Amino acid sequence: MKKAITFIFTLMLGTVVLAGGLKVGDKATAFSLKDVEGNMISLSDYEDAKGVILIFTCNACPYAIAYQERIVELDKKFKDQGYPVVAINPNDPEVQAGDSYEAMRIRSHEAGFTFPYLFDEGQEVYPAYGATRTPHVFVLENADDDFVVRYIGAIDDNYSDASAVEESYLDDAVNSLLAGHEVKIETTKAVGCSIKTK
Amino acid sequence: MKYLLLILIGTFVIQSCTYQAEEEQATTPSIPVVNFDELEPLLHHDNDTTYIINFWATWCKPCVTELPDFEKVAEFYNDQKVTLILVSLDFPKQVESHVAPFIAEHNVKSEVILLFDTKANVWIDKVSPEWSGSLPATLVYNKNFRKFHEGSYSYEELKSIVELNKL
Repeated sequence: MKKAITFIFTLMLGTVVLAGGLKVGDKATAFSLKDVEGNMISLSDYEDAKGVILIFTCNACPYAIAYQERIVELDKKFKDQGYPVVAINPNDPEVQAGDSYEAMRIRSHEAGFTFPYLFDEGQEVYPAYGATRTPHVFVLENADDDFVVRYIGAIDDNYSDASAVEESYLDDAVNSLLAGHEVKIETTKAVGCSIKTK
Repeated sequence: MKYLLLILIGTFVIQSCTYQAEEEQATTPSIPVVNFDELEPLLHHDNDTTYIINFWATWCKPCVTELPDFEKVAEFYNDQKVTLILVSLDFPKQVESHVAPFIAEHNVKSEVILLFDTKANVWIDKVSPEWSGSLPATLVYNKNFRKFHEGSYSYEELKSIVELNKL
């Protein structure tokens, strides 16, 4: 039995390693991507912030749409406290036409995005982070000039109804970091749209 | 006479109730909406059948693309113990407006169930710890075999997994 458990554990560990991307505790990968206004935005632009709420999201995915307003609220709530939202669209618009750069610009204006909405042109950033779906959140803490991953996963536990949320994972994680505490729930899973790639 | 009238009225009331119930049944969507506890037994049958459990949604492009191939595989094995179950993750309020018309339009013959359970952080791992939560995702299993895959399958890929492992 013990052997079996060890075997399963090794198997699971293997899966995690093979899956690639970042884990909680890892140093965040630097990026420099174009926002919908044509400006280049880099992670290093946030060296004065306490951290960054990095969200891989897009225009077309119904789950991403369901969270759109909540993401704006999160940015409004945490930007002033030192944790602004940065959103990245990881999809290849040739596969998902609704996620084109132009469509991003329109969405950002229509939905009143208060945060930069970046285009992962060339699709190199999302695999480096290990994002697999939209929305997929990475909370990065600015620790001695290195951004360190402190939380990976879902925004909360109810995509369909913001008023019925019981666990606000992302909110809790950022609040813990702001209070100087450890994040209690460091990773969560959620259903989302696969990232569109050729 | 009074009693007769009462009985008549009573019969009429009962009849209209029955009629109403039948009518409601006819308009109720044939797609069951379940939570994960209700779905879970379908992922753990211990019999001679090989199950293909496909997690999909009408809004998920790669899901919709692979669906005809899944149906073809199910069709190929229709005289054997192979069952395809399509677990939709569409929003429950869209059963009537999106899922049912999709099933009719694409002539989907396999069983369709709608999973609505917001506690995804708990149940995704119960489907497979390998699953990050993106769609499509497929579990192929029988009592001796279990394989989970996040992403699409082609007709040939899915068929070979079933062919090599069916009982």
